[in-house]
Amino acid sequence: MAEGRVVGIDLGTTNSLVAYMENDTPVVIPGADGSNLVPSVVALDPIPAPIPAGDGRPTVTVGNSARKALIQTPERVIYSVKRLMGRSLEEVQSELKLFPFHLAADPKAGPPDPNEVPRIQLGELRFTAPEISAYILRQLKRNAERFFSAPVTQAVITVPAYFNDAQRQATKDAGRMAGLEVLRLVNEPTAAALAYGLDRGKEGTIAVYDLGGGTFDISILKLREGIFEVQSTNGDTHLGGDDIDNLLMAIALNEIHAEHGVDLRLHPGAVQAVRKAAIEAKILLSTEMMARFDIELPNGDRYQREIPREVFELLIEPVLARTAGPCKQALADAGIIPEQIDEVVLVGGSTRIPAVRLLVDELFHLRPRGKKPHIELNPDEVVALGAAVQADILSGASKSTEEMLLLDVTPLSLGIEALGGTVARIIQRNSTVPASATEHFTTGVDGQTNVAIHVVQGERELAADCRSLARFDLKGIPPMSAGLPRIEVKFLIDADGILHVTAREQRSGLAAQIEVKPTYGLTDQQVESMILDSFDNAEADFAKRLLIEARNEAETILAAVERAPRSPAWAQLTSDEQTAITLASDYLKKAEQSENPAAIREATLILDHATRRFAELMMDAAVSSALRGKTMDSAGEELDEAVTAPHAMAPAEFK
Amino acid sequence: MLKVLDSAVPIACWSCSIGHNDFTLFCPHCSKIQPPPGCDYFSVFGMEPRLSLDLPALEAEFHRLSRKLHPDRFARALENEKQWSLADTALLNDAYRTLKDPLRRTEYLLKLEGAEIGEEHSGKNRVDPSRVPADLLEEVFELNMQLEEMRAARKMGEEDLELQASLTQAKQKFQGLLEIVDKDLRAEWTAWDDGGQAARPAAQNKMVALLDRRRYLSNLLRDVNETLGD
Repeated sequence: MAEGRVVGIDLGTTNSLVAYMENDTPVVIPGADGSNLVPSVVALDPIPAPIPAGDGRPTVTVGNSARKALIQTPERVIYSVKRLMGRSLEEVQSELKLFPFHLAADPKAGPPDPNEVPRIQLGELRFTAPEISAYILRQLKRNAERFFSAPVTQAVITVPAYFNDAQRQATKDAGRMAGLEVLRLVNEPTAAALAYGLDRGKEGTIAVYDLGGGTFDISILKLREGIFEVQSTNGDTHLGGDDIDNLLMAIALNEIHAEHGVDLRLHPGAVQAVRKAAIEAKILLSTEMMARFDIELPNGDRYQREIPREVFELLIEPVLARTAGPCKQALADAGIIPEQIDEVVLVGGSTRIPAVRLLVDELFHLRPRGKKPHIELNPDEVVALGAAVQADILSGASKSTEEMLLLDVTPLSLGIEALGGTVARIIQRNSTVPASATEHFTTGVDGQTNVAIHVVQGERELAADCRSLARFDLKGIPPMSAGLPRIEVKFLIDADGILHVTAREQRSGLAAQIEVKPTYGLTDQQVESMILDSFDNAEADFAKRLLIEARNEAETILAAVERAPRSPAWAQLTSDEQTAITLASDYLKKAEQSENPAAIREATLILDHATRRFAELMMDAAVSSALRGKTMDSAGEELDEAVTAPHAMAPAEFK
Repeated sequence: MLKVLDSAVPIACWSCSIGHNDFTLFCPHCSKIQPPPGCDYFSVFGMEPRLSLDLPALEAEFHRLSRKLHPDRFARALENEKQWSLADTALLNDAYRTLKDPLRRTEYLLKLEGAEIGEEHSGKNRVDPSRVPADLLEEVFELNMQLEEMRAARKMGEEDLELQASLTQAKQKFQGLLEIVDKDLRAEWTAWDDGGQAARPAAQNKMVALLDRRRYLSNLLRDVNETLGD
């Protein structure tokens, strides 16, 4: 194919995945470690790391290896950055109370500009949320390139259906920084429907209930002859599995404080270890009736507690209940009753919780109608698989998807601030995109040459209660008597759900100059300056880069294996396990001498596999040492003590 | 407002240079996508302006055109084709959204015919006392008093069952009136569609008045529902 493959990417709060269409079937592309899921965790490498020749950008580690740094150097690691995408300083500040991360403060600059994109301090550097996401996207891009042994430059990226304009734009910016042309942003529940709808013949009305790590979406679609027409969508971009983790963590931290007099909140590494225990308990409670906390404390005490499923369900009931309102609203907006829903599809790791399934059953009256929700596809992978289907549709090259077409909607109404601060709605929510609206404006004073317009997104009556999208000036209006100019402004929401504005003065025929300044967001120049590895895609360099990357990966793991016998965990391995590691490492050393990146990668994978149990043992050791406070020298990293739940961030699932 | 342009003037296709009719979304000669035509929403679907529509046929045509026009079909096309696909699909979606809904369709057609229609912006659609339909003056006055009383009682945390019953009764009455308006509107649709040119101006005037009345009634009902809390 001349233009290369288009991949589908699920850029998740907790995990990210990249997938493509292999003949007629969407398939997830595994990373170098053989795992399909790349945890959405980015760690800034330690300062002495060799800075590669070139632009001198900081080097980072993404995914599973970054998770290890989370416990050892929490101040250099960020996760769940999706929660910060496209959000203003004000919004981020309230969120950060629940975060282990800090906003970068510039001592020289005085008070921060509320319209600047917030930056997060990571070690000695500061990053915007799209830059962090770009690192994750670049990792996925590299995984795909490694898999195809060919450059990948175009992608479809999924976003929560309820993402607003700024959050969507931030996601697109991240793609550009990572060297990806984002051909389309697809809503996550819609992508899931595409993955399920691949076997044609499926007709009728379906609801997709998507409860992920950090966001909740509900979408109602009508399927007919390959057309997936979204009828309505609703959701909450701050509701997910991490809210459940927080509740469990709050219990543990409060009880540890009360019963053992230890305030773990002062130790970010220890908090991460408790979070790991909370996530494990949550996962266990989906299959068992009982889970246990058993945590060794810095003073040598043990914190032990049983959590019966009943208690867990009572605890999370308020979180789950928050998904009911959006479901009812989506049904009302689609103009249907639960009985008219033919199928329900469950998406997102949190839908594994039995109480969630019960709630969905009640919301859509499934059991009385002899129906069950669809869970056939892995809820962690289904969105990425759907993104791959959409990528295939866009490349227009395949028989299996040529009859398929996705008609999605805008989740939020678009409006203009009118007199008195009220909102005049110009595009209603749930309008099929692309959608447009034309409005006319005039002047209020004789000779006035510009008119200010404030565009907002949301359902509230007052502009102040909606999300401000953009303020702009229609400039260069020819001076006329008040009320005489007639300026036509066209608002267009494109297929990605992003707004475009154009204006024209009709009486003079002059195109009014308008400068659409997003209220929050990066300028084009800023995005340009943040592009990672501009030479990433040069064809000539590509083969060389693959080889260098393969050798780097090999070097990293070989160095770790070299140090292994000095670790106490080594002694815990059986002699068979030790021999296997030595053999695999000798094999890799030989393979590394070759010029064949595929052979090096395969040998790396074998060694990685052989050392898996060793890595787990090391991880456990790191966790317990963090709990004993031995590796913590970061007293300055104290969390806000006023907060009871340590932070509402999504799990970076430990294994 | 989109306006019907003179279709007798041909424009040249950007791709094959052969002149074609202004209304078309695709060149009849080379089938390439064209810039958005300056046509009304009915013409997008190749229909004469009408108020009674065959909705399943409208949907089928919407799907057929979507398959050809949607930006997903132009992801790897020329830059100008991408832009036109976006603009054409926006036009198609706006047209479908307007025509499939009976009230939006009626308002749209009346505007097309030059009638002045009240604004539908949610920011402006609170009940305007100057537009109370004359025959409802007394009842609306009474209802507004009761709504005030109810809100005051709510604020005090009191439950006035008698007032609630009376409001519920008023609600049913206004709902009934709304249904009558809808029935009258449908009758005027037929008059406009089938009555010929001569019958149209009278039908239009009646529909404008009915739409005003309907807007007033539905705003009133919304206020009652909000106050009753359901």
